[in-house]
This record gives sequence, C-alpha cells and structure tokens, in this order.
Amino acid sequence: MDFLRAASLDDALATKAQRPDIAPIAGGTDLMVAINFDHIRPSGLLDLTSVPELADWSESGGVIRIGAGVPYARIISELGEHLPGLAMASRTVASPQIRNRGTVGGNLATASPSGDAHPALLACAAEVELASVRGTRRLPVAEFFTGVKRSAAEPDELITAVHLARATGPQQFAKVGTRNAMVISVCAFSVALHPDRAEVGTGLGSAAPTPRRAVEAEEFLAGELTSRGMWTDPRPLPETVVTRFGELVAAAAAPIDDVRGTASYRRHALGVLARRTVGWTWDEYSTGRQTCA
Amino acid sequence: MSAHVNAPSRAPQDLSESITGGVGESPSRPDGNLKVRGDYAYSSDLWAEDMLWGATLRSPHPYARIAGIDVGQALAYPGVYAVLTHEDVPGDNRYGLKIVDQPVLAEDVVRFRGEAVALVAADHPETARRAVELIAVDYEVLDPVTDPKRAAHDGTLPKLHPESGRENNLVRYQPVVRGRQDVSADVVVSGTYTLGMQDQAFLGPESGLAIPAEDGGVELYLSTQDLHSDRKQTARALGLPPDKVRLTMSGVGGAFGGREDLSIQAHVCMLAMHTGKPVKMMYDREESFYGHVHRHPAEMYFEHGATREGKLVYLKARMYFDGGAYASKTPVVVGNATTLGTGPYEVPNVDIAGWGVYTNNPPCGAMRGLGAVQPAFAYEAQMDKLASALDMDPVELRQRNAVDQGSVLHTGQKLDYPAPVGELIERARNLPMPPERDPAAEPDIRDLPGGAANTTHGEDVARGVGYAAIIKNVSYAEGADDYSTARVSLQAVGGEAVAMVHTAAAEVGQGLVTVQQQIARTELGVERVNIHPNDTSVGDSGSSSASRQTYITGGAVKTACEAVRETLFERATARLGHAVPDLTIVDGKLVSDSHGVLADVVDILGDEVIECTREYHHRPTYPLDPETGQSELVHVQHAFSVHRAVVDVDTQLGLVKVVALDCVQDVGKSVNPDAIVGQIQGGAVQGMGLAVMEEIQVSDGLIRNPSFTDYLIPTILDTPPMKVDIIERGDPHAPYGVRGVGEPPTISAGPAVLAAIRAATGLDLTHAPAGPEHITGTAH
Ligand SMILES: Cc1cc2nc3c(=O)[nH]c(=O)nc-3n(C[C@H](O)[C@H](O)[C@H](O)COP(=O)(O)OP(=O)(O)OC[C@H]3O[C@@H](n4cnc5c(N)ncnc54)[C@H](O)[C@@H]3O)c2cc1C
Repeated sequence: MDFLRAASLDDALATKAQRPDIAPIAGGTDLMVAINFDHIRPSGLLDLTSVPELADWSESGGVIRIGAGVPYARIISELGEHLPGLAMASRTVASPQIRNRGTVGGNLATASPSGDAHPALLACAAEVELASVRGTRRLPVAEFFTGVKRSAAEPDELITAVHLARATGPQQFAKVGTRNAMVISVCAFSVALHPDRAEVGTGLGSAAPTPRRAVEAEEFLAGELTSRGMWTDPRPLPETVVTRFGELVAAAAAPIDDVRGTASYRRHALGVLARRTVGWTWDEYSTGRQTCA
Repeated sequence: MSAHVNAPSRAPQDLSESITGGVGESPSRPDGNLKVRGDYAYSSDLWAEDMLWGATLRSPHPYARIAGIDVGQALAYPGVYAVLTHEDVPGDNRYGLKIVDQPVLAEDVVRFRGEAVALVAADHPETARRAVELIAVDYEVLDPVTDPKRAAHDGTLPKLHPESGRENNLVRYQPVVRGRQDVSADVVVSGTYTLGMQDQAFLGPESGLAIPAEDGGVELYLSTQDLHSDRKQTARALGLPPDKVRLTMSGVGGAFGGREDLSIQAHVCMLAMHTGKPVKMMYDREESFYGHVHRHPAEMYFEHGATREGKLVYLKARMYFDGGAYASKTPVVVGNATTLGTGPYEVPNVDIAGWGVYTNNPPCGAMRGLGAVQPAFAYEAQMDKLASALDMDPVELRQRNAVDQGSVLHTGQKLDYPAPVGELIERARNLPMPPERDPAAEPDIRDLPGGAANTTHGEDVARGVGYAAIIKNVSYAEGADDYSTARVSLQAVGGEAVAMVHTAAAEVGQGLVTVQQQIARTELGVERVNIHPNDTSVGDSGSSSASRQTYITGGAVKTACEAVRETLFERATARLGHAVPDLTIVDGKLVSDSHGVLADVVDILGDEVIECTREYHHRPTYPLDPETGQSELVHVQHAFSVHRAVVDVDTQLGLVKVVALDCVQDVGKSVNPDAIVGQIQGGAVQGMGLAVMEEIQVSDGLIRNPSFTDYLIPTILDTPPMKVDIIERGDPHAPYGVRGVGEPPTISAGPAVLAAIRAATGLDLTHAPAGPEHITGTAH
C-alpha cells in the first residue's frame, strides 16, 4: 500500500484523478478502523492533512465555509456560536482523542446513516463542496447521500468543504446511544429554526438508509408558527403542535432492526427527541435564553 | 533454565522493582506508572529476530462437516512457511480445562463459528492473513443446535459430543435438595430471569511468541492466567513431556477469566516447532471475540415461598447454562450456581437444579464471578419481588434472612467462619446518599441519562435505589486439591539482605506482585524483596481465578518465608552457640525480646543463600452428592458483598445514568487496602456493564457484534463515584484471615443497578442487560 502526501489541493486532485481507487485520509478515524478490520484494502492512502485549502474555516456574507479537514474539536471551540447545531453534534462524537482528529469531511465521505454531523448539516441546509480536476461544484447535503454508505461524490472527486448559513435562530442536536459517551448513534435528531426565512430545518440520523430530513414535520411546524404569528410574537408552543411535530418526525423515519436497536425503539425515540428538542429551541427563541448543552 | 538467556526483547515485564510496605499497607503497583504512560510492554509487543507471524483459519459456520481441506494454494503463496491442519498436530488433538473435548484443530466437524481449522506461518502478518484466505475448506453445513433448554432435554437433536457418554447434549446436571419438598408458604413469588452473554473485554488481545529450543522443546512467552494448566494442555497437544514446554509470563492486558482456556498456546508452538523459527501470534479484536470463551448466558426460573413475617420457607430454582460448543468451565458454572443459588440467605427447604449444556453457540467458560453472577440476578430480583408482595422494606427482608457464622447452607455445609451479611446490609443502608437532583437548577447534561448526547435536560428523569447482597465461593471447590507453590530465597547483596519470591501465579493486573512482596517483607523483616518473573521453572500455582491467589499463593509465599526464617534462626542459633526463644527479624536484624539485637541478618547469611520451596494447600473440600447436592464442605470459603445503586432513568428513552454505586464488603484481612478499593470499583463497573449494556448478541450461532463499536462497555462517563466500605472479619482458616476480594463486587453491582432501574420505572425487567428497548417496551 502506497502512502502519498498531498501538499496542495491541485496536487491532491491530480492524484485522485490518476488513481481514483486511492483512499484519501484525513483524521483516519474511520479509514484506519476499516483497514484494521480488513474491510477494505485500498491500493494506497492519500494524506490530506497538509492541504491548506481543507484546513480552515472562513466566513463571508453570513455563510461559513468549513474546510473538509477541520476537526470536530475546532468546530466545537470556534464555531459554537455561529453553528450551534453542528457544534452540539460534534460534541457528541466519540471521545476527545477522536474529536481532535476526526473531520466533517471524513464523516460525509463515509456517508454512514449514523454519521453525527449529518442531521445537523441537513437541518441547516448545508451544501457540500466537491472538487476534481474537472472543476468544483456544490450540492445540497440532502442530495449528497444516495444510499447506505454511498454518496454523490464521483470517484475522482474530493470533498473540499461544507457551506452553512450562520445560525439566525436556535438549533439543537440530540442523539441516543446505549452508553453515555463514545457511542455510535442508535438514532439522532437535529432541528434548526430559521426565523429569517420563516422556515424550520430537521435532520434524522440512523433512521433510514441515508440521513434524511422530516420534510412534512418541517413544513407543519413552520406553517403553524407562521399562521399563528408566532415568529414575531413568540408564545408557548401548544402541546398539540409539539405532539404532532413528534409524530411527523417519527413517521419520516424508515428504520431497521439491527444490532444497535430495534426499528420500533428508533421510531419511538425519534418522536421523543423531536418533541424535546423543538421545545428547547422554542424556549430559547421565545425567551432568548439558551438551555444547557 | 535457558528461558531467560535468549529471552525476546520486551518480554517478561520487569516488575521486580522493590516496593516498600508490609501486609496491611498500600504500596503502589510497580506496573502502575508504566501502564499510565503507555510504556508497559504487553505480550502483543513481543518480538524476536527473524520471527514469523502465525494466523488462524476459523470456521465461518456454527456447525458443519468438513469434507476436505486444500492447503495447496496457501502453501504456494510467497512468504508462507507453513500451513498446518489437524493432521499436523504432533500429539493428542484434544484439550480442555475440565473435560478434554476440544480439538486443537478441527478434524471432520466444526462445532462453532470461529473454531480453529488451520494455521499459517508467514514472514509478515498480512501475508499470513492472505494465505489463510487461500485455504480451501469444503464444508457441508449442518443445522446448528442453539437452544440450550432443548439441548438439555431433546433427544432428537444431534449429539454434539457423543463421546461424552452423557444424556442428550448435557455437560453437567446437578441438583441440590435439602429439607422438605412438599412445603407451601403464605406468600409465593416467582419469575423467569435471563442473562445475556457477557465478554471479559480485556484490552490486550491474545498474543504470544514461541521459540523452538535446542533440546527439541519450546519456549513460550505469553499472557495467561495459569501457566501450568497451559503447559499441561500444550505439551499434550505437542506430544512433548511437560518439562520440554517452558512458559514465561509476558505483560497481561486484563484477563477476567478469558485467559483460562487455551487460545494461541498450542497453535503458536506447533508453528514454531514446524518451521524451526520463532513465531508470534496476535489476534485482532474481532478474532479475539471468537478466540476466547465468554460468560454463560442463562435462563433461570426461581420461586420463593415465605411466611407473612418475611422468613423464607422454600426456594425452587431451575437454571440452564449455555456452554456452547465445548465444555470449558461449564461443569464449574453448574456447581457454583447450584451451590450458591440461595444467595446469602437461610432457606430451610431447597430444590435447585442446574443444567449446563453443549450447543453450537460460542463456547462459554470462566469469567469473574463464575456461576455466581447468573443466579444473583435471579435471587435478588426475587427478594425485591417478595418484599413488594409482603409490603416490606427490601432491606429489612434481606436482613431477616441473611446467613451468619454457623448457618447451614443448602448443601449441608456449615459456615465455620464469619459471614457478616446482616452487618454488610446494615452498613450499606447507612452509607450517605448522593444529593437529590435539584429540578430547579440548570443541569449539567453530563450528569443526566444520555450524557453529552443531549437527550434530556431533566424531562422524564426518575430516580431509583436498589440493593443487592451476594455470596461467592473462593478458590477451587468440590474436592479439587487446590494449592500453590512458592520459592523464596534470602541472601546478602551489597551488604543488604535481599529476598526473592518466585511463583508461577499469574499477575493479571490484580496486584499479586505487590501482595507477594508485602507478605515476604512482613515475614522476613527485610526491606528489599524482588519478584522473579512468573514462569514454569517453579511449581504450580493454579489459576488467577476464583478470587484465590492472595489466599492460596499468599499462603504459599508465607509458608516458604516461614521456612526460610526457620533456617535462618537455626543458623543464628548455631552461630550464637545457644538457643534464643523469641527470635524475630526487624529491619534486617535478628532481635529477641529478652536479648535485644543479636545480629545482622547479612552476617548470619554470609555468602550463602537460603532457599526454600513450599506448597500451600487449603483444607480439603468434598464433592457434591450427584443426586442431592449434599457435601460436608463443598467450598473452602465464602465471600460476601453488598451494593447499593442509585440510578437516574430517562423513562421515555430508556437511558440510564448510574448516580452512585456504593459497596460494603468483608475482606477478612485487608492486605493492600488501596488495591482492594481498586478491585471493588473495577469489579463493580464490570457488573454494572452487564446490567445496562454488555451483551454479545448471538443469533443462529453467529456473533452479531464482535467489536468494541457494538459490544459496549462502560466509559468513565457511565461510571459513578463509588464509595467503598471495607470490613475485616478474619477467616480463621485462611492465611492472615484473608478472604477473596476480586469477584464479589462484580456479582453484587449488576443486580443492585437493575433493582434501582426497576425502582425508578416500576417495570419487571427480567433480562440483563436492561437496554433502552426493555425499558421502553419496544424490544420487538
Ligand atoms: C472510537 C471511535 C468513535 C467514533 N464515534 C463516532 C461518533 O460518535 N459519531 C460519528 O459520527 N462518528 C464516529 N466515529 C467515526 C469517525 O470518527 C467519523 O466518521 C469522522 O468524522 C471521520 O473523519 P476522519 O477525518 O477521521 O475520516 P477518515 O477516516 O480520514 O476518512 C473517512 C472516509 O472518508 C474519506 N475521506 C476523508 N476525507 C475525504 C475528503 N476530503 N474527500 C473525500 N473523501 C475523504 C476516506 O477515504 C474514508 O473513506 C468514531 C470513530 C472511532 C474510531
């Protein structure tokens, strides 16, 4: 197995174009596990950790571009204010050691239904930036996931960044696992209020073959808030609205029974998470006070 | 003898560094700092010049006939030095701890997914793995036997071990009956309880290095719990006399019972002897799940009758233990479970029966709390159920029925040593409670169920408290001659008296090295005590299991030290020309009350070395009557602990945060108090894991979660503060009065946590572990 280190994005893209079967490596926290378990045998590794274009985040015009190689630890410490949902999701990933190395780029490329960044990216309507020697394109994250551990990235493409609008309202992320840290999600849910455009975003993890939105739940809640005039005049959310939102989120899931949990538990738990997190976001929106996490 | 001459680099850990402190003090462990710094060399770090790497081909099927094995392609693969099958086993192709029923390499049939079929040695581990894939095995797949109850009773199923001579697929059936069998009671409660398969989850994978020796034998460096048991089984497989198979302990990364059976031992030696080169083997994590035994899953029906006043009248229990494909410790599990099945309670009328069976599930064997963990979940659930039926405080109920010194157990054994169960329960109740959760205060989510995953900010969180009291036997039982050997020497080195202690007793992380030094220091009155690496050049010490080593090997070290001391005193007497009645050694000097300081130990020793080797045998135990389970003394000692668990449960999501897990335990005599606290806390976490998350999921004989991604064990964020209250009620039959420490907390923690979850939720929860699905009723 060859080990190649790219010094620049051009360099990396050229290599990927020549050798589409080479495995890019960022934090290595997915890839090395797969190699260790002998699940994959790439012909070589392409180390992206020295590519400057992937290593930082920047903001312009209210949109934040996070380089694919920015580790979770930095998202937590530097972007907690701008992107609370993604920062919360990052905080639930693994352990401090893994968060120092693991990246959103790697999470996206693995495209696991249980990747913790995905629900937060979905709720924030993020875009994935993909590059190849042929050029650069941006794709809504919802279109990026095409199947279990499959994505829209072409064999010669690298993920270079994600783009997300800076939060204009409260965001939450919650994940169920069978222990209190260092656990792959049994199911996860993220919700974001976008008062600037009177919209609600959602994202479900470990709930279907791909991470997905609960579109009906989003439209229902946004509709209720708009028709009741609550975006401008926030009052407590009626219990019926919270309940219905939970039902719609659960209904959006198409979970399976697997070694981590049953489908019926997942559906049940997503409803609970949806009700709680929407309550927290609404509390924060209506009182201006952030709840814990 | 030559074992250390050509010892591989980074091999037997140098733990000989002298520590200070005698019996009752808490010297810190010589390996502690090394482990924290990552400098400790484990057996997986073994390395020798020019060594080859071994790999194992394992059966993908739980049950299949082997029609043929073609090794041609594998053998032709560049870099491969050997490909071996059962035909290449030089000795007897059978091994086993209690029953010799397991092939070293499968012959015509495989009985579990993961059974070793063939071996490869190659110049690189990757090459060895690739070559393994090139071995072609022609399997005729058979319907696996997977239901333990049917395996016990259904004669129409295939017999997996027809040679056993036992009915159906039985490994052992044992009843224990006492008192009247036709008795009724005011209040009766019953339940069926099940327990999943737990893994020892040691972090250091199975690994070792075999070096062929010039005398036709082999040197094996490895991590194990029992060097002599390994040697006996390995020598048999290799067709060598035991003295040609020399074993040396390397750094052990945890054991917990999972290193009692053979894993790499015979295989790596076969490859080394076949190739004439050093060979190393090391399992990866997934292979490790297939390469060692697990805790027996169980199904247990328990029925208790009691008077309205809360005195137990009778117990009827039926327990099934799935031993998987090979016997391993199944007979002992059945023996322990049936003889300890009443719990630490007096029950006048008892009818217990236990079945241990063969199936095509993964083999199960030793794990911390062997055979005592399973019934504890049942009898403690029953005690709470009974208390609730009687409308009585569950602590009170336990106290009313607790055994004490003088109690006669259902085997007929009279407890002729302290058994302060009532006192332990009382002290557990009196330990301070953790503070209540303040619903008004902004919570730190890490303190709530779900932790940092942000699933609740206090919604639907209910608190519960649960107690569990348990009983465990210490050491080997049922008539086994349980002994250990110690060689102790004393000599003058650089003007200082230095003792050396040499045993084969495995240091597996429990702190035995320190205990041996403390005992020698106390008995010999010298400061410097070195520990010789564990190896087979000294006599048998038995296994580091059954909470027995401080008792048995501690006893051997003490006895050998006494012999050394006697010899020293004889020499002193000869030197002084007269006998001094009350000689002792203090700080390297011979002292008597009547004469004061008489001489320096170094002067008495001169150039000579005093060396004594002694065995220590505990008093004899006796087998169980096969029909009635009666025995005069089936266990040499019992140990007792009580746990109180406080949990917060998110009742909507079924997530649990254990808030406190406090323990009271009688340790007889506290040889190293800090180490005891470590054992109790570590053991409690392992028990808690079984209550809330640890389960090897097996379906159709296949393990569904052979990784630490999906076999979850508690992290520090799952682990509460744990108060430990140690009492010392010495056992007059044991050296220093010690009582085994390592297992009881593992047994009591789990049932206490489950009891607390039941208290918080009002649910029955009859399965351990109780996962989110069980708590939310969404298991199907
Ligand atoms: C102990 C442990 C715990 C974990 N816990 C969690 C958890 O709680 N939640 C969670 O979501 N994940 C978890 N993971 C998985 C992993 O940490 C995350 O998925 C992480 O985001 C992967 O990022 P990485 O940079 O390490 O990716 P890598 O391992 O470097 O790469 C992952 C995949 O992405 C490809 N890749 C990497 N960068 C690019 C790029 N720029 N363009 C194209 N392809 C690329 C690689 O070829 C590989 O296929 C855990 C892993 C471990 C080892």
